[in-house]
Amino acid sequence: MQITVNVNGTEYSRVVEPRLLLIHFIRDELRLTGSHWGCDTSNCGACVLWLDDTPVKSCTVLAAMADGRRVRTVEGLERDGELDPVQQGFARCHGLQCGFCTPGMMLTARWLLDHNPDPSEEEIRAAISGQICRCTGYENIVRAVRWAAKHDAGAERSAPGDRGDPGPTGEVA
Amino acid sequence: MTADSEQIFNRAYGPVPRKEDARFVRGKGTFVDDVALPGMLYGAILRSPLAHARIRSVDTAAAEAHPSVEAVITGKTLAGRNLAWMPTLSADVQAVLATDKVRFQGQEVAFVVARDRYAARDALELINVEYEPLPAVIDARTALNPGAEVIRDDLAGRADNRIFDWSAGDKAATDAAFAAADVVVAQDMLYPRVHPAPLETCGAVADLDQVSGRLTIWCTTQAPHAHRTLYALVTGLPEHKIRIISPDIGGGFGNKVPIYPGYVCAVVAAMITGRPVKWVEDRSENLMSTTFARDYHMRGEIAATRDGKILGIRATVLADHGAFNGAAQPTGFPAGFFHIFTGSYDLRAAHCVVTGVYTNKAPGGVAYSCSFRITEAVYLVERMVDMVARELGMDPADLRMKNLLRPDQFPYTCPTGWQYDSGDYPRALRAALDLAGYEELRREQADKRRRGEFMGIGISFFTEGVGAGPRKHMDILGLGMADGADLRIYPTGKAVLGVSCQTQGQGHETTFAQLVAGELGLSPDDVEVVHGDTDRTPFGLGTYGSRSTAVSGAAAVMAARKARERARIVAAAMMEVAPDDLEWSDGAWRVRGDPDQAAPISAIAMAAHSGLELPDGVEAHLDAGTVYDPPNLTFPFGAYICVTDVDPGTGEVVVRRFIAVDDCGVRINPMIVEGQIHGGLADGVGMALMQAVAFDPEGNCLGGSFMDYLLPTAVECPSWELGATVTPSPHHPVGAKGIGESATVGSPAAVVNSVLDALAPFGVRHADMPLTPAAVWSAIQGRPLRSDLAISD
Repeated sequence: MQITVNVNGTEYSRVVEPRLLLIHFIRDELRLTGSHWGCDTSNCGACVLWLDDTPVKSCTVLAAMADGRRVRTVEGLERDGELDPVQQGFARCHGLQCGFCTPGMMLTARWLLDHNPDPSEEEIRAAISGQICRCTGYENIVRAVRWAAKHDAGAERSAPGDRGDPGPTGEVA
Repeated sequence: MTADSEQIFNRAYGPVPRKEDARFVRGKGTFVDDVALPGMLYGAILRSPLAHARIRSVDTAAAEAHPSVEAVITGKTLAGRNLAWMPTLSADVQAVLATDKVRFQGQEVAFVVARDRYAARDALELINVEYEPLPAVIDARTALNPGAEVIRDDLAGRADNRIFDWSAGDKAATDAAFAAADVVVAQDMLYPRVHPAPLETCGAVADLDQVSGRLTIWCTTQAPHAHRTLYALVTGLPEHKIRIISPDIGGGFGNKVPIYPGYVCAVVAAMITGRPVKWVEDRSENLMSTTFARDYHMRGEIAATRDGKILGIRATVLADHGAFNGAAQPTGFPAGFFHIFTGSYDLRAAHCVVTGVYTNKAPGGVAYSCSFRITEAVYLVERMVDMVARELGMDPADLRMKNLLRPDQFPYTCPTGWQYDSGDYPRALRAALDLAGYEELRREQADKRRRGEFMGIGISFFTEGVGAGPRKHMDILGLGMADGADLRIYPTGKAVLGVSCQTQGQGHETTFAQLVAGELGLSPDDVEVVHGDTDRTPFGLGTYGSRSTAVSGAAAVMAARKARERARIVAAAMMEVAPDDLEWSDGAWRVRGDPDQAAPISAIAMAAHSGLELPDGVEAHLDAGTVYDPPNLTFPFGAYICVTDVDPGTGEVVVRRFIAVDDCGVRINPMIVEGQIHGGLADGVGMALMQAVAFDPEGNCLGGSFMDYLLPTAVECPSWELGATVTPSPHHPVGAKGIGESATVGSPAAVVNSVLDALAPFGVRHADMPLTPAAVWSAIQGRPLRSDLAISD
């Protein structure tokens, strides 16, 4: 079947098997390998990306379900050569070690800050509780998100629509 | 002590941000599954559904007829190439693809190669294997029973499931210490089977150049050079034609030390098809077939005087190694470094006996940040120390303080022969007690108990021995555990360091650049660290057992010092003075008494590459190579305190606080060191409360997915409270000790001691990990659960 997906502002049309998982579409078809696959069962969150404006675990979403929709991956966090505050926070606070869970963690963090610009430690921990990191013990991920919250210009500025990348229908989140 | 103040306060050291992060935060890392080569095929493994069965037949005709399938490989295919079996890291053999029997659920039976990964999976369904089921040996405690099914009938003369009997220490002296004791406490305990479960599973891409005969393997390996040698021995390919590339690795923790059947199958498939072949396992395959950790059935005994002086410790262990002895540890140490189980205490005598057995479970045993079984040893001794404290009615902190080794006893040779290099244990314990506010916590606990609330305070104190070799005592398959370093200093004074160890998140690209920069007066930005590619790095044994900084890091420093000494001669020629008139200070060679006459490495490097006349016998350039053979292990240590709240109605445990004071000698990058500790503490909480791979009586693995094998998330982990003391290693060139595993080794005992402290009013003496709500509740009811089997007995 043919699907058209807007990924990080670029439209891609591909013929895919109906059973193809979104994570494999992104990684193998589009060669955007920043999103990772980790568990098959929606437990680890290494595959988290945004479908339209919501983080999803793309190992349990079919590529066909993304037809006509927008996807945002880690490759779409950077804007005009400038790292998103979340990306900066992860690097500054040592919020990553092996880097495998990091893209998914950052996409959830970006979503959290867009909806809650000043989250408490508990709110951050709850937001990432569907994702597993085997390296950091979560401490510095929490600090990284707090850092990003402090250095964000505000949730409005970082909403996807306001960054000059309206979705295929031109809608703004 | 060689670590002088210049090193400790080295200006290149400190919490500098990691070089690695620039690519990772952009999603630009290169993990094995990110590798895509033209014409690449995909492999998938058919695995045994049974734990023990004879294979009657394997019919691959339908799979071979699948339109997308390029090849199907079975044990018979491999036997034709003498590759059906491969050596393990413990001098055993392991089936690559089963030929005679399957010996654990999930064992590799056939390998399909297809044009895409979905088709490869489809074709697995088309293979028909006829099995004749055999009785499965699942409980290690019955593996040696007369009449137990013999698992390894492939080994000539094998009449039972015994792998080894091994002992350490002085039995007679220990018996005497026990005879002289006022109090003896004994306890059976299980350190359950757990799995390291790095977030990236294992995989490989094999590519054989048909013209040159060069084999390139991109692989999730923590030990690329050792793997290259092993592939050469296994396949018969000449070693110089093999290149192992271990790119970015998504966590290892010991899981990525061995060679797995899937890697060998990918190599054979590349040979057969003439095309690159990728194999990446799924999560269930990772959990069910790759190396597990622990599975130690232990009996601990501790002897003490009435006033709390520990006299001796005994340990008797039944070690479950699974179907093949694949434990990754130095040769000659069948139980790893378990015999460090005298811990951190000044005691007279100790003795341990370890019996290793085969069972119909996945192979492995030494993995998961365990420092070659020191994890099990620390757990045993710290549980026993807590139990004797309770028996004597002493505070566990007081009892430990009374028995800890004193600073003046170092270097200290323990009753089982290890020589601890340095330590100030009372200082670390005091620091942890202060950080925790121990007295106040005990008062709070007493108040709460009066109100019917159950809070626990658990302590553990650990000593690790990490950084293997020395090479004369420690080898892996005959490869002595020494590491090379190769330092190139370019004319403009920029440097490239090649090392054999392999980062899986530890930040070597940053820490090792700091080490070299510190020796040469450079900025860490001026030093590029190359690793994970056997064509571009010198030989060494790899990253596990917290050996990177301890061994490869030392090699990097020694190479830099070699370069610096040559630079001195060049600088002397430049400045027309004698080399002896120069001293190294503030990042440059300076004329004694005239420090403004100075040459930094950048200027010296250009001169060393110029036509400058050098004394006879002095080579041009500043490049330097070295091989570092560590004189001893380094012995990091620490004091941990865990505060838990336990709900006796539900059995739920909440880790409220965790205080960790670590001493790993000089900290090159304290930010990275603390990150290593954070991760290990989460592991400890996970193992103590959640993680275990259990089996049913037929040998079905009950921990085969992340829905069944629970790992801690951000909500189970508290905010870690860290402290540090610094006792430099006297033999490491900058006084550093390994830190990668300390927290995983030390923390489980603190959590368990805390929970059992909370449960003391219920008369619960001991309960095995993981202390799930069900396990805690059952312990309170007086019916402790078995955590290794799905059935209770």
